[in-house]
Order: sequence, then structure tokens, then C-alpha cells
Amino acid sequence: MAKRIDVSGLTAYYGSHKAIEDISMTVEPRSVTAFIGPSGCGKSTFLRTLNRMHEVTPGGRVEGKVLLDDEDLYGTGVDPVSVRREVGMVFQRPNPFPTMSIFENVAAGLRLNGSYKKSELSDIVEKSLKGANLWNEVKDRLNKPGSGLSGGQQQRLCIARAIAVEPKVLLMDEPCSALDPISTLAIEDLIGELKERFTIVIVTHNMQQAARVSDRTAFFNLSAVGQPGRLIEIDDTERIFSNPSVQATEDYISGRFG
Amino acid sequence: MDISTQTTDAPPPTPEPDVARLKSNSRGATRPGDRIFLGLSRGSGILLLVVMAAIAVFLTYRASLAISKDHGNFLTTFEWNTNLTPPSFGIAVLAFGTIVSSIIAMALAVPVAVAIALFLTHYAPRKLSGPIAYVIDLLAAVPSIVYGLWGALILVPHMQGLYGWLNDYLGWTGIFSWDGGAPRAMLTVGILLAIMILPIITNVSREVFRQVPRMHEEAALALGATRWEVVRMAVLPFGRSGVISASMLGLGRALGETMAVATVLSPSYDIQASLLDPGGGTFAQNIASKFGEATEQGRDALIASGLVLFVITLLVNGAARAIIARRKEYSGANA
Amino acid sequence: MSTAAVTDKRPSTLRAASLPKWSPWAIAGGSIVLAIAIGLAGGLTKVQWGLIAAVLFILGTYGIAARVEGRRQAKDRVATSLVWVAFLIAVVPLVSLVWVTISRGVKVLNLYFLTHSMGVVADSEPGGGIYHAIIGSLEQVGLATLIGAPIGVMTAIYLVEYGRGRLASAVTFFVDVMTGIPSIVAGLFILSLMLIFKMQPFGFAGSLALAILMMPVVVRSTEEMLKLVPNELREASLALGVPKWRTILKVVLPTSIGGITTGIMLAIARIAGETAPVLLLVFGNPFINNNPFEGAQASLPLYIYQQYSQSAGANAAYDRAWAASLTLIAFVMILNLVARGIARWKAPKTGR
Repeated sequence: MAKRIDVSGLTAYYGSHKAIEDISMTVEPRSVTAFIGPSGCGKSTFLRTLNRMHEVTPGGRVEGKVLLDDEDLYGTGVDPVSVRREVGMVFQRPNPFPTMSIFENVAAGLRLNGSYKKSELSDIVEKSLKGANLWNEVKDRLNKPGSGLSGGQQQRLCIARAIAVEPKVLLMDEPCSALDPISTLAIEDLIGELKERFTIVIVTHNMQQAARVSDRTAFFNLSAVGQPGRLIEIDDTERIFSNPSVQATEDYISGRFG
Repeated sequence: MDISTQTTDAPPPTPEPDVARLKSNSRGATRPGDRIFLGLSRGSGILLLVVMAAIAVFLTYRASLAISKDHGNFLTTFEWNTNLTPPSFGIAVLAFGTIVSSIIAMALAVPVAVAIALFLTHYAPRKLSGPIAYVIDLLAAVPSIVYGLWGALILVPHMQGLYGWLNDYLGWTGIFSWDGGAPRAMLTVGILLAIMILPIITNVSREVFRQVPRMHEEAALALGATRWEVVRMAVLPFGRSGVISASMLGLGRALGETMAVATVLSPSYDIQASLLDPGGGTFAQNIASKFGEATEQGRDALIASGLVLFVITLLVNGAARAIIARRKEYSGANA
Repeated sequence: MSTAAVTDKRPSTLRAASLPKWSPWAIAGGSIVLAIAIGLAGGLTKVQWGLIAAVLFILGTYGIAARVEGRRQAKDRVATSLVWVAFLIAVVPLVSLVWVTISRGVKVLNLYFLTHSMGVVADSEPGGGIYHAIIGSLEQVGLATLIGAPIGVMTAIYLVEYGRGRLASAVTFFVDVMTGIPSIVAGLFILSLMLIFKMQPFGFAGSLALAILMMPVVVRSTEEMLKLVPNELREASLALGVPKWRTILKVVLPTSIGGITTGIMLAIARIAGETAPVLLLVFGNPFINNNPFEGAQASLPLYIYQQYSQSAGANAAYDRAWAASLTLIAFVMILNLVARGIARWKAPKTGR
């Protein structure tokens, strides 16, 4: 069910400040695409334009096209709410709803759309938690608050919540930056499994992580502070890390700046 | 709030502080200056406790004087004749009026206040919400006597239409029947109290809603929630205990409000079945209206009724605290 | 049969039928017109028109949105319109309150009104003023502040700088309890003392009751402000060998003085409008009494109440009540505005 993303000429603003400029790329279905680049280069902003979360920020607006299997997310009459159901998101810091139990957290997205029978709901919750490799750890305490879990478990709970509504694309905004190495490893393994079913886009600061989990890697950079971020190049991960075609990419991955 | 992370521009501590002196200082009370200062500040705290104890003791003492002479039953008697020998008075009417007017006020004010707080934090254009919040903040400071004057001279005449309409359509219930008298009845009192406590509840609720972490709202949005669903999933659950304590704050004001009730209500010492018929009274209003002609015995009786009001407000505050404490486990504090 | 043709016919999952941007305004306009029509036909009052319009607006929004956009969107729209309607409904009385107070208040509010007492003026006649009430208010509130503010601030210092253990938690608890005391109960407490000592009403008795109301407010706000002072500042001072009490006086208090002042001014604004305790303890007096320690005094809120309640509906008295209300509100608002100004100006500049 995974879908292809086709971005062309995308520019995003915060008020009058241009955050990213003229970005075009294609993200293949059932693959992991990693965005790397120095801080402030707009990779998170770009990620948030892919499910229209950017416009939630006051002053945020977007120009250009984002096609999800030939359908423009920014076309007239497109409902951002429907877009976000198709394109799920996992955030930098784990953010389970603090007032809901583990079960309710996973079921939260489902409850928005139509009514499910109790048994159907339990099935989907179980399937999603298993999909997020969390089931064995929480099956005995589904009714406890989600905020009682460890950071890594919370993040996997958020992934379970996101995949429960069966999105076509899963966006991850530095999902491991708040986690310890063991939890990070668990999430990275999970990403490898999830790409069988979803199109995955992940923003990361950690180049080893990009090299480990992604099939393709996009490098973003900005010419100077205050200038908009740009896509420098996108290519197979192996090529980016062994023999990139642009000098700036090589400088960045070999640690010469950033 | 973590204070220690707030500032980084403090001068760094000197590398080798005099450890012994620092320790003794932090315990206080070694130098004369420290001893005096600690004494003064601790003394103030103790004074506050003494005042609270004195309030309880003296009110109870004067109240017991009155109740011991009360020929009627203090809790159930339907009259307030304190100048008779023997006197006969009871608080049933006042308790009824206080509770009824406060219930009306809460039923009207809380939903509207929560809606306005949501309006200001999640719906209104940003340019509008700032100034409106500021004005509502100021309105919370308007003295209750001004609300009372406005209620008596402006609100009461405007209630005629509503009273007639309620009587026409809901008069058969008995609660909303109206004999056409001046609308100085419990419903008007409740509406005025609602208007009075609206800014208070709105302000506190707004603060609470503003503190909902953005990441919870974004989590809901990313699941494909509409704005209302974001509010339902992330904002209201997070703010629930805050809204409850805001409401209790408002309830406390409504229960103890004196002037706004005294100016609007046309009191009588009985219980009206209809909310639209003038009559009844509240603890605070009764004290203010009866005080002028009361003898010493009468004043003691009023003090006794005040003591009951005091206890009721304490119970309300305690209940609010208990509710908030019970919801701790699910609060967002640890997220 | 090409796949392109098939995908074109497939209903879009992203696109949903939606109402145009102007639709809420259109529904609102329609509701108002309809409500006025119903109102004119039924001979209803303006308030009723408004309520009918509000109900029509909400029902109309739901009906139309549910038909065009589906139930979830309809719920969202209804929530939005409910929130707007609640806001508008609440605005009406609050705006009316401010407007009426100003428009009626300016009628008799002039220099004469501010500088004369009610001395020999009967309540039902025009003339007279609020000089005596202003004097009374200033003295009572001033004395209350002299008592309440230092005790409040010192208590807060105790709680934040020294407070550990049983005493501190007891004080914290009872400050909370004290915040909830109805003003009339504070008045009754002082009254019970006066009954025991056989005293007649006088201004200072009112001050004591007001001080009781003021203290918990000052404690709370000062506590908040002291907690905002970064610990590093205290440690830096202590590490230089400065005694704790001088650290508090020279480092902690100056850093938070803006916020503390704001808190005290807001507390003053609150007690300046209190009527009930003054009614019980100070009693009211149409003549000028400059001595708060002997004899009944007037005060502004009490003056408003007595002009309203003792005048048997005389317009002159109502005019004076409105004018006094305007004076009182102006006083309270100026205190509030200045306090907020100070808070903004003196806000602790937390480092970045």
C-alpha cells in the first residue's frame, strides 16, 4: 500500500523568512530515505511539508508541489486532515498522550474514524504493537498510562500509534535523538522491518544511522546562516557515503564541517 | 519548573568556597543578622497560622453563644428571628439559596469560560486573542459591588423578557414558573454570579490550555485529527484538572459573594420552588442585609451562619484538591 | 482498458468535499436575518433575537456541514461555531458593564464630586460627593497594605528560602485555605473580636479584615517570583561568603522586586473593591472622618452600596453610585495597568 512521493519546486516559509528553497526529489515506495545535513538546513521543515504539518506553525506556508502517487497534497480542495491520515509522523521526542493508557494511545487514531467493535480494536492494537516490537513488553499493562514507559518504549508506542491507522507513508523526525544507544538500535531494527509495508522518510543527525538504515540519502545544506536550505544531492546511500558527486557532501560526511 | 536551568549568566561560583561557613549559613541562625531575619520570616509564617486558628476559634466561640440560645433548630428552622426572646433561627433557607445560586452560576459559567479559553488559545486569530485576554484579565479585577450595581440597575430590567419566555415554555415544570413580579430572583442572581466568575475561570483555564505541550497537539494532528479532535484528544484531557481547580476558584467566589447578591435579590426568609420567583437568600447576602438592625445576639447568630459558609468553602476547596491529587497519575507533568 | 483511466475514476482519498471559506459568514448572516424575522413576527426582545440567531447558526452549521463534508468535519465546525458563540454571548454583558459604568459615571463625576462629602446632602437629592469615601478607602487600604504586605512577603521568603519541614508545609497548606476565605467571613472574624471587646465600628477594624484577605494573595505571588530567581545567583553570593540574610536582601529581593511589587499592587486592587467587611466593621459615615482609629468611616465600595440601597430609587443617588463606581474602577484599573507595566519593565532578564 506504500505510495511514492514526488516533490517538485518546493519552497517553504516562516512568515517572510524563507526556510527551504526549490526542492525537488522522488521518494520510492517501500524504501527508507534519510535526510542528513547540518542544523538549520531545513530538513525537518521539509519533512513537515510532506504531511502538511508545516502550515500548523504560525506563519508557515508552502509553494510548490508534493505529489503522493500523482495527487498533489497542496492542490485545491485537498483536506490537510486527510493528508495526515495518509502520511503518518513520528516526532523527535516521544509524545504519547499523557492522559491516555497504552491501549488508548494506539487506538487514538482509529477512534477518530468511524466506530470499531471492541474486538476489532483490540486486534488492531495488538497487531500495531507487535508491528512496533512493543507487544511483549506491554501486553500485561495495556491499561497503564503510556507516560510510564521508558523513552525508547514510548517512541515505539508512538510508532505503533502511527502505523495503527495504516498510513501510506511514515515520516520520522530524528526519532532516536532523545534515546539511548540500545533503544536506538531497537528503533533502527524496527525501521528495517517497517519498510516492507511503508514508504519511510527519516531525518537524522547521525550519519552512521543514515548509513545503517536507509536505501537512499538526501543531503541538505545552506549557503550561510539566514539563507534558505537547499537539497544538495540525493542518491543511493552507498554512493553518498562512498563517492558523492558533490564536494560539499563529501566534506560533510567526512566531518569537515557541520 | 526547573529553576536551576533558567539562567546561565550567573557568575560562576568561586572555585574554593569556605565550605564550613557556607554550610552553617545555609542552616541559617548563626550570625545575629541571620538569626533576626530568620526569626522575622518564620514569625510571619507563624502569625499567619495564628490568624487562621484565631478565625476558627473566635467564630466558633461566638457561634456557640448564639446557637446555645437558639430556640429553633439551627440547621432546619425556616426563620431568622434573632431579636425575640428566646430567639429562633436556622440556616436551611440560606444553605438552599447559596447552593442553588452557585449551581446556576457554575452551570452557566464553566462551559462558557472553557469555550472562551479555547477560543483564545486555539481558535481566535492571534492578533485578536492577545488584547482580548488582556481585557478579560482586567475584568477579573472589577470590584463585585460594581457588578452588583450593574446587575440591579441594568441586568434586572433586561431579565423580564427571558423570564416571560421561560414561564411560557417551561412554566409547567414549576421550576420556571413566574408570577410577573420584578425578576429579582435566584435565576438572576445565578446569572449575575456567572458573569462575575466568568473572567476568573476563563483566565485560569486559558493559562492551563496554553501550557499544553505542542508536541501532544502535533501528535494528534499527525494522526489526522481535525481541530476539534485535537482539542478533545490533547487539550481538554491535559487541562482537565486545571479547569477543575479554576472552576473551584470560581465556585468559592460565587458561594461567598455578598454585594452582587445583596443588590439584586429581593430576599425573603423562605424557599421558593420556582427559580423565577423573588425570595430566598444566601449566607453572605443575609449577613449583609440583616447586619444593620441586628443586636449583639443577632450578630452572633449571623456569625454562626458565617461559620457555616466558611466550612462549606473549606469543603469545596478540599474537594478540588482531592480531585486534582487523584488525577496526578495521568497528568502530563512527567511527560 | 488503460490503468490511467481506472485510477482517474477512483475517488480521491485526499480530496474531500468542503464548504467554501465564506460559508460560516453566510450561515451566520442567514441565521441573523431569520432570527430577526422570527423576532419581529413574535414580538420578541433583542436578547431573544440574539439567542435564536445563535441557536440557528449552530444548527445550520451542523446540518449543512454534515450534508456536504461529513460528520467529523461537521462536528469540527460546530465546535468552532460554539466557541465563537460562547465568546460573543459572554462579551455582551461584560461590554455592557464597562459601557454603562463609563457613560453613566461621567454624568456627575467632576472636581466638585471628588472634593465634597455627603455631609448635609440627603440621599435622594442631587449634590454631594465622595471625598469622605476616598479618604476612608485610602486610609483603610493603606493600613491594610502596611500590615498585610510585609507579613505576606516575609512569609513567602520563609517558605522559599528557609522553608523545610512541618511548619513550612503547614503554612503552605493554610495559605491555600486562607485564599478561599470569603471576604464577609474575614469581616465576621474581626466583628467577633469587636463584640468581645465591646468596640464600635472604626476604620482600622476594616483594615485588619482587608489585611487578612490580602496576605495569602501576596504570599502566593511573592513565592512565585522568588522561585524564579535562579539558584546560581544565591550560590554565587553565598560562595563569596555573604551571609544568607544579606544574600536575600541584596541579591534575591532586588532580582524579584518587580514581580513582588506587581503582586502587592494586584492585591491592593483586589481589597480596594471589597465591600462586605467594610460594611460590617467600618459601617459608613456621610461626614468626613480623617481618623481611621476612631469612629465610623466611609469607603468607596461601601458608598456605592449605600447610595444604591438607601436611596429608595432616587436618580440622584444612582448617578452618584455610578460616578463612584467609575472612580473605583479607574483606581483599580490604574493599579492593574501600572502593576503590569512594572512586571513587564522589571521582568527578570533570564539569560539566553
